[in-house]
Amino acid sequence: MEIVDYVNYWIAMLLLVTGLFIVIARGNLVKKLVGLGIFQTSVYLIYISPAKILGATAPIIAPGYTLYSNPLPHVLILTAIVVGVATIALGLALVVRIHEAFGTIEEDAINALAQGDDVE
Amino acid sequence: MKSDRVLRVIAKLMIPFVLVFALYVQLHGDFGPGGGFQAGVILAAGLIFYGLIFGLETTRRIAPDWLVETMVAAGVLIYAGVGVVSMLLGGNFLDYSVLARDPVAGQHLGILLVELGVGVTVSGVMVTIFYMFAGRAGREPGED
Amino acid sequence: MIALQLPALQVLLPLAAAPLCLLARRSGAAWALALATGWAVFAVAVALMLQVAGSGPISYAMGGWAPPWGIEYRVDAANAFVLVLVSGVGALAVTYARESLARKIAREQHALFWTAYLLCLGGLLGVTVTGDAFNVFVFLEISSLATYILIAMGRDRRALYASYQYLIMGTIGATFIVIGVGLLYLMTGTLNIVDLAGRIGDASLARPKLAALAFLTVGISLKLALFPLHLWLPNAYAYAPSVATAFLAATATKVAVYLLLRFGFGVFGHSQVFSRLPLGEVLLVLSIGAMFVASVVAIYQADVKRLFAYSSVAQIGYITLGASLASQTGLTASIVHLFNHAVTKGAIFLLLGCVALRVGQPTIERIAGLGRRMPWTSAGLVIGGLSLIGVPGTAGFVSKWYLVLAALERGWWWLAALILLSSLLAVVYVWRVVESCYFREPSPRLAQAPEAPASMLIPALALAAACVYFGLSTGFSVGGAAAAAASLLQALP
Repeated sequence: MEIVDYVNYWIAMLLLVTGLFIVIARGNLVKKLVGLGIFQTSVYLIYISPAKILGATAPIIAPGYTLYSNPLPHVLILTAIVVGVATIALGLALVVRIHEAFGTIEEDAINALAQGDDVE
Repeated sequence: MKSDRVLRVIAKLMIPFVLVFALYVQLHGDFGPGGGFQAGVILAAGLIFYGLIFGLETTRRIAPDWLVETMVAAGVLIYAGVGVVSMLLGGNFLDYSVLARDPVAGQHLGILLVELGVGVTVSGVMVTIFYMFAGRAGREPGED
Repeated sequence: MIALQLPALQVLLPLAAAPLCLLARRSGAAWALALATGWAVFAVAVALMLQVAGSGPISYAMGGWAPPWGIEYRVDAANAFVLVLVSGVGALAVTYARESLARKIAREQHALFWTAYLLCLGGLLGVTVTGDAFNVFVFLEISSLATYILIAMGRDRRALYASYQYLIMGTIGATFIVIGVGLLYLMTGTLNIVDLAGRIGDASLARPKLAALAFLTVGISLKLALFPLHLWLPNAYAYAPSVATAFLAATATKVAVYLLLRFGFGVFGHSQVFSRLPLGEVLLVLSIGAMFVASVVAIYQADVKRLFAYSSVAQIGYITLGASLASQTGLTASIVHLFNHAVTKGAIFLLLGCVALRVGQPTIERIAGLGRRMPWTSAGLVIGGLSLIGVPGTAGFVSKWYLVLAALERGWWWLAALILLSSLLAVVYVWRVVESCYFREPSPRLAQAPEAPASMLIPALALAAACVYFGLSTGFSVGGAAAAAASLLQALP
């Protein structure tokens, strides 16, 4: 039953490995960023899973509630999400510029062109 | 998309509500879920929605580049300014308790101002990102 | 009153000056602001170091929330030393940059360049000064995102691709660090580094703790370009604007090394990982790999900036080598070399910026005859090169001396021999540069070139002079490093 008990973590690890695999295996620069996004998302799950307590409410003190979820990991992940957005935006901006400079967003083609620059 | 009447009418109906909702999330952030990040993104989403339907140039007339860029910087400065004021009043950086005579009121005021700063910067950044990408559409390789 | 606020000011000044630079828009105003900020930050760092030397570690409660609940900024002998190094190089690079920037980057982008530069500086200082593990990640990403922008501002189109590659690798590294921090939080319920160190010590090495150690080590190693995770570094250094290269080479990887030491010794040291896991041995092998492989690759580079970038990878190997020995002498050697290498590489890349001003991207062919046309620049390069090799009288000698001492302390004479042998490889690649500078006819591009402008030459030569100064007077560097090592090693028996 271990798999069922830890299903959140299994999913997180699956996302982590999937994302990392896409980053490594794909040659298209945009697809790599997609992989990076999935990879970062897995971390959100790792943090949020233990923070959410079943049957607990949002941590705002109110009459009638005694059980609250842990707000700290939620806040941390809010920060991480913002960092992730900034990273992906910057990455895509770079891809746009790379496309303008090299005329392609395929890794192999760019490597070939960059090597051509080296020879000059 | 400019010619599609359905989209234009729906957009005109929806955008005011989106903007008001952004204000609600911003100002309600110290009582319930919400705050600067979310409000900033919702506000920017309203503008970006407008931009998608009515075109980049029209949007730029409402929120010109200099305004958006100033917002990005101003929000951070509001945030840092609150911290500096609390330092000048004898507390540590971002210690809201010293901002008012009553520490609870001080905490209240502090978080409100800081979240305002966050909201301004986040909406500025989101709109900037949209402008940057939309502004480059249709460029051919080699142009710069 | 202001003396109590110094830890916050250290980070606040650059981070608040960055948006002001953006608002300033004009090139001159932005530079003046960055210059004032750079030196003010350096003054704050020096004041902090004096405070720490006088009255022990400083703890600053952000927002008045007492640690371990609130975010704590904590300055001890180890990070005070790194703060002085980072802010010092940062200030010198700003002083140098005006002329170099004016020729290399479009005028309307100058304010943006300084915004990114100050964000990067603030982020690096933040990583160093904070005592909160998650805060480390946030500041690391502030500095990294700014770094990607700085690199992409290079003129060559390959700068864009180098920046993209660094973005991918850097983000993977940073994400690994968050995973590590998250697992530590799950196991201990705290994010405060001092508190973490206290709670991690209980005898069992549970599996999440091991996983946290693995994620943190790999993540930080990506950031500090430990061989074989260094692939992003050579292109990033080669194509970034010269000011950015000099600043990053001297600070970014060094701050990452500090993080490795902080987590490795300051936190995990308390659970005896060094005696129970072959951590030191793994680090030792990778360090030796870096020293030899990267040095050999450096020898075959045609591009001088890339040559010295590979040399950086090799020199980082020496830094981690000292750490892998996990002794007071070893760690002192590691931190001394961190300092000396930052000074040396800072000088070399600033001087290469002077060269690039005249010949474009500096290659071995293009710098032929540099000694005759730009005597001061090439003299500075020679001093930097000698310091890289570790010739007595230069800073590099001091750190290698301590490394050899640390190796002999363990009784590993073979390691001492390897250190000397790898220095011979440095002789080869430095000689290639010197030979081209002094023993060839000037290249056509250099035929009419005058010496670099004084505003650039003086800060660059000041760093080159520092290479000699710290080679002769070791009070500050070795003294500071020994104190830093002692404070990091408190955990180890």
